Amino acid sequence: MPETIAQLPLLETRGLTKIFGSLKACDGIDLLVAPGEIHALLGENGAGKSTLVKMLFGVLSPSAGVVRWKGKPVEIGSPGQARATGIGMVFQHFSLFEALTVAENIALALDGNVEIGRIAEEARRLSLQYGLPLDPSAHVADLSVGERQRIEIVRTLLQNPELIILDEPTSVLTPQEADKLFETLEKLRGEGRSVLYISHRLEEVQRICDRATVLRHGKVTGACNPRLETPSSLARMMVGSEVAAVSCTGNQPPGGILVEVRALDAPGRTPFAVALKQMNLSVRAGEVIAIAGVAGNGQSEFFDVLSGEVTVANADAVQIAGLPVGHRGITERRMLGCGFVPEERHGHAAVTDLPLTANLLLSRHASDRKSFLSGGPLGLINRAAVAKAARRISAAMDVRKSGDDPAAGSLSGGNLQKFIVGRELDRQPKVLVVNQPTWGVDAGAASRIRQALVDLAKSGSAVIVISQDLDEVFEIASRIAVINEGRLSEAEPATTMTRERIGLLMGGFHDGTVRREEAVLAH
Amino acid sequence: MRIELQKRPGQSALFSILSPFIALGLTLVAGVILFAALGKNPFDALYSFFIEPLTEVWSLHELAVKAAPLILIAVGLSICYRSNNWNIGAEGQFIIGAMAGSILPVVFHDWQSPLVLPLMLVFGMVGGALYAAIPAFLKARLNTNEILTSLMLVYVAQLFLDWVVRGPWRNPEGFNFPETRSFHEYAVLPEMIASGKTHWGFGFALLAALLLWFVMRRTLKGFEIAVLGQSARAGRFAGFSDKGMVFFAFMVSGALAGLAGISEVSGAIEQLRPVISPGYGFTAIIVAFLGRLNPLGIVAAGLILALTYLGGEAAQISIGITDKVSRLFQGLLLFFVLGCDTLIHYRITLVQTGLATRQGGTA
Repeated sequence: MPETIAQLPLLETRGLTKIFGSLKACDGIDLLVAPGEIHALLGENGAGKSTLVKMLFGVLSPSAGVVRWKGKPVEIGSPGQARATGIGMVFQHFSLFEALTVAENIALALDGNVEIGRIAEEARRLSLQYGLPLDPSAHVADLSVGERQRIEIVRTLLQNPELIILDEPTSVLTPQEADKLFETLEKLRGEGRSVLYISHRLEEVQRICDRATVLRHGKVTGACNPRLETPSSLARMMVGSEVAAVSCTGNQPPGGILVEVRALDAPGRTPFAVALKQMNLSVRAGEVIAIAGVAGNGQSEFFDVLSGEVTVANADAVQIAGLPVGHRGITERRMLGCGFVPEERHGHAAVTDLPLTANLLLSRHASDRKSFLSGGPLGLINRAAVAKAARRISAAMDVRKSGDDPAAGSLSGGNLQKFIVGRELDRQPKVLVVNQPTWGVDAGAASRIRQALVDLAKSGSAVIVISQDLDEVFEIASRIAVINEGRLSEAEPATTMTRERIGLLMGGFHDGTVRREEAVLAH
Repeated sequence: MRIELQKRPGQSALFSILSPFIALGLTLVAGVILFAALGKNPFDALYSFFIEPLTEVWSLHELAVKAAPLILIAVGLSICYRSNNWNIGAEGQFIIGAMAGSILPVVFHDWQSPLVLPLMLVFGMVGGALYAAIPAFLKARLNTNEILTSLMLVYVAQLFLDWVVRGPWRNPEGFNFPETRSFHEYAVLPEMIASGKTHWGFGFALLAALLLWFVMRRTLKGFEIAVLGQSARAGRFAGFSDKGMVFFAFMVSGALAGLAGISEVSGAIEQLRPVISPGYGFTAIIVAFLGRLNPLGIVAAGLILALTYLGGEAAQISIGITDKVSRLFQGLLLFFVLGCDTLIHYRITLVQTGLATRQGGTA
């Protein structure tokens, strides 16, 4: 139920619409942001949140509809105009030069020619005022993700905006870093500034937001005070239906060790890749091991080493069912009964322009050689057998698609992910390694995928899930380890693990961040 | 105001098929304008360019002789381009193949046996493949741009051939003309059809097209080529070697270009000269794209492009214009093919900029 707002709204949109080709990314959005409130924009991935704020910040131009600023219609044609109007934005993906210092990065974003010393001074003042400790002379490459986000926030604050838009700010933060961010946001609200806070995390929205607008499929499905709602009522607005909970009951005692990682070292292959250092992990049959951690701490590198896309110098560092496989490639590991699901669907787990049958062959041409290929060394593709298997997978995972064998790229993210996970489950792998299983996937598909992973472990396989989503980690894992800057913590039983402890491990037990912050504050 | 290419949500299957025909039509229209501007009757000119060569048996044979190297090379290039390896150096591989194949009849001309011809063909393929392995090695090991290296190696090959026929391989009984000995009878590729000059190179071309069509359509190797061409990362995930594919694609296309080279020299010229190709290796790039990188489409496209060579010669004689016109037609054709393909995938939109500022000002 919409509350009455006494003052003139700071920002108002009426019927704001953005059409990409035949897709209505935003469809007639009405949004009201009052002065001095933290307003949540809630919705699943693909609901149209980012498109909406990109229009507000002048990155995209609307196909239809009006934007009013303090009651007056405005056209925001570029980010520069947005800043001049009084709108600042902190993007989900940072745009910082790693080789430059904090002050230099800030100077680059400012319009006009300001002396760098003054910028550094001003940045230092702002960062202290808002509790965002930051050393202007530090190089960005040396900073943690949380610190990099602070640069973006300080950069935005320097423009003295009345409305600050934050796009999924906590997706890259540890719980402790997120708490600090919330304090800053409350300070900003105290000064009468407004914050438009984009998230799909219900808990934090209920904690800090005064009002919420919920989007689904590009349309507004609700406007409410999140504190008066329950998580399930908010979820219903976001998803449109109840989401089945994953059932983990009936865990049998784990069996023999199927995957063993021992003192694994792998140097970073590019200057900005994460090197893996002295990792240890053992996974038994019947277990789901979750590897939590903030993005960019070595998850993809670890996945590549487990899958064999990258081999390591020491063959014993990775063992599958007791066999040293460090030198063996992905095909040989598949032949040992392993299945792999990488994070990136398009161009890694699947080829976008090829049909589903071809994408099935992609990961199974060697393991299912007998049924999918004939003609011996000629390698003739047995299309009928592949098509039959593809239909079986689509039915088992409830993959919704147009036509019998459409191109992988024409499926929605959730349906393609169900197919990619189903492709591996279909051969009952002894070991399954999954990186970010439900990234960018709608809640219904996510719940189905999680259930399938749990069921696979129950049937006696070892499952490794690398995930940034703590809710997911706690929902499915029997043991939890945390990855931080290429190091892996001891895996601990999920029953005794707490979010606080994960947060500490994510922040790094060997980390210099804390010390650096103290140094800045001491200035 | 600026022009933007916007990706279309879906591609029209009809227009994907029609695209080469539209491009051909547009090339003809451009030809009409061109000939009119030159002061010739455009329809007479087009007739003598594109129709007249098809009316006589001898010129049909001539067409097959010209189409053979184009098809052979383009079929190999289609494997390269489908796997995202941009081999622009087929002309060089053609020349080196011709030279390697000519070692036996030129250097060891006293050895005359039925074994010579098959060995020449094998040498030609090996020579072309090894020459193509150079840019492949540079790309796989040193990450160099294969477009530049393969193109530059064309000039190396051309100058090498020029030096060899003027120097060590010059015919000692040839009055100092820059030519090698004429090939002996065991070194000449025989004619395929009794009525004229069409040699077995045309047969090789049809065979290669059929074979590679089958490979692309039915086999795991063809699948590997398609996957690695669209995403190297997905290819590695599938367990395919992207570096291995660089060598495979370059060496297959090099071998076919080399086979085209030795077939041309042994079937049509019967000796080495400083220049043995009117740019077949480059024209084959157009053939490959006009044939939609499909080996069977390439057979048709090869015949069309061969016609532009013949038409150029015919137009030179009958209406007295330079044979450079055939190059011009080839260029126009490539331009229109690529243009049509782009417009199938993208639509052109005019984006108004600055409008927002004006409206903001009046509001």
